[in-house]
Amino acid sequence: MVAPETPPLPPMQFAPRIDLVVVAEMVAPGARVLDVGCGDGELLRLLAETRGVDGRGIEISREGVNYCVAKGLAVIQGDADVDLVDYPDDAFDYVILSQTLQATRHPRKVLEHMLRIGRYAVVSFPNFGHWRIRLQLLTRGRMPVTENLSQSWYETPNIHFCTIRDFVELVRQLNTKMERAVALNGRGRPVRLHAPWWFWNMFGEQAVFLLSRRV
Amino acid sequence: MSVIRVEIEGAASRAEAIRREADEPHSELVRFGAEKPLRLDAGVDLSPFQIAYKTYGTLNAERSNAILVCHALTGDQYLIGEHPATGKPGWWETMVGPGKPIDTERFFVICPNVLGSCMGTTGPASKTAGGEPYGLSLPLVTIGDMVRAQAMLLDHLGIESLLCATGGSMGGMQALQWAASYPKRVFAALPIACAARHSAQNIAFHEVGRQAVMADPDWRNGRYLIEGTSPRRGLAVARMAAHITYLSDSALHRKFGRELQDRKALTFGFDADFQVESYLRHQGSIFVERFDANSYLYITRAMDYFDLAADYGGVLANAFRGAKTRICVVSFTSDWLFPTSDARQIVHALNAAGASVSFAEIVTDKGHDAFLLEEPELFEIVRGFLKAAARARGLKAKG
Repeated sequence: MVAPETPPLPPMQFAPRIDLVVVAEMVAPGARVLDVGCGDGELLRLLAETRGVDGRGIEISREGVNYCVAKGLAVIQGDADVDLVDYPDDAFDYVILSQTLQATRHPRKVLEHMLRIGRYAVVSFPNFGHWRIRLQLLTRGRMPVTENLSQSWYETPNIHFCTIRDFVELVRQLNTKMERAVALNGRGRPVRLHAPWWFWNMFGEQAVFLLSRRV
Repeated sequence: MSVIRVEIEGAASRAEAIRREADEPHSELVRFGAEKPLRLDAGVDLSPFQIAYKTYGTLNAERSNAILVCHALTGDQYLIGEHPATGKPGWWETMVGPGKPIDTERFFVICPNVLGSCMGTTGPASKTAGGEPYGLSLPLVTIGDMVRAQAMLLDHLGIESLLCATGGSMGGMQALQWAASYPKRVFAALPIACAARHSAQNIAFHEVGRQAVMADPDWRNGRYLIEGTSPRRGLAVARMAAHITYLSDSALHRKFGRELQDRKALTFGFDADFQVESYLRHQGSIFVERFDANSYLYITRAMDYFDLAADYGGVLANAFRGAKTRICVVSFTSDWLFPTSDARQIVHALNAAGASVSFAEIVTDKGHDAFLLEEPELFEIVRGFLKAAARARGLKAKG
């Protein structure tokens, strides 16, 4: 299955987070979208405004859910590790996991469910292979704390960090097709397009992947 | 003595006023004659019958801004403003009105009295053609029957489809039934503090209440209106027991603790020593003045019989299959009558059916009754959900 070509986003009044823009650009207009771990609903709103999607969300925190619902978004309280089971096959065109993969207990199972529920999965995550993180671990010998990953190891909800190469390997194991991939550097700019994986893994601070089921 | 007599006479005349409401309510009324019978789930036709209802706000030219508010077990059509028979404020003053979450400056709000009740819609206290009250000769009614009657009311009002059907508790059951029975007639549904089926525990509580009513010798096998008695004690006990289930352990503790009522020490007797006892007795006694005992039996039974999945081959998701209705389910953390697990069951079914669903659980210690009370988070959610539904339906923004 080849993901549909998607036009760039229209100009906006506000400046959304760059990784959300990259995610939104991978989603076809008018699609049915499930955002797993939708937080305060910023991505769902961006998708509704720029892509006219029929969007739903799952969010684990009650504050996040109630905020979203009060904003008129179709969001339910739920846990990616537990509640994706209840969704039927092919219920959505896209299932999105934005900056949430590393906080799930069973990332592999979550990905499998995403590709069962949706035709496409969009996954964005912080890259633990970024040179700054490697440098911190190398020089200080302690778990890295950066601007993006600002919590100490004992209080972070992120329990399953991975690098871009780790993720690519998992995608291969899942027999899933990689449709598109973007790595963003520390300044939020895309890392050079045709660079080899090791280069992305070194200089990408975060990555966004568009995956599809192999038929 | 004279003060007491005035009070008794006052209560008697209030009771008389309430009884009159059953046939000649102060609110709007539509009568359906022999040509429009209501087919009941019990398998018989109810005819003639009537629906008492109130409306608030103005129906727009497109007839697209109507919101149906369904009331709970002992509620009625008087959402806001002074109740014509009891003199009390409406039961949803917090939620409905100009500028309120269900904004009567923007929406046309319809609130019908449910079938089986005693505020003007046909129920056991209503008079038959022969002039005597139905009593137990009225067939049992169900949530489905209530909703079918409401659909006839909408036909009468010329409203093809609702912007939203909403309500708490049994009102939420009706909102769900609307989404299942008439998916094309409800653009959105907002069931609050309810379930898709009544639990064994809730049936058990209702049975205690009904037994209390029927154990009262003044109930007279349901013929008390004809025989000139009133099962006040039985109905009051039923209400007292039910009222406990509407609150929560921590709310009762916060309100009353073990505080004593107008005394400094225990009296070593069975008088109401504790404030909580006095409160419950008061709740029981004011309830019997405004509610018909047989209506209490009929409506509790309707709730017991409610099991939406059962009507769809035991699979709740099938009740919502292919529905385009946007649904927002709300529950409260301390509600032990309709706990969050009940709400989740609805949400799972809606997800499985691919419906558009929101679900919020609100943290409160006020128990089941929280939907009637000051809950700012509930207001924000209702306001946001209705606003989004109105926008999706193309309603003009409030000017």
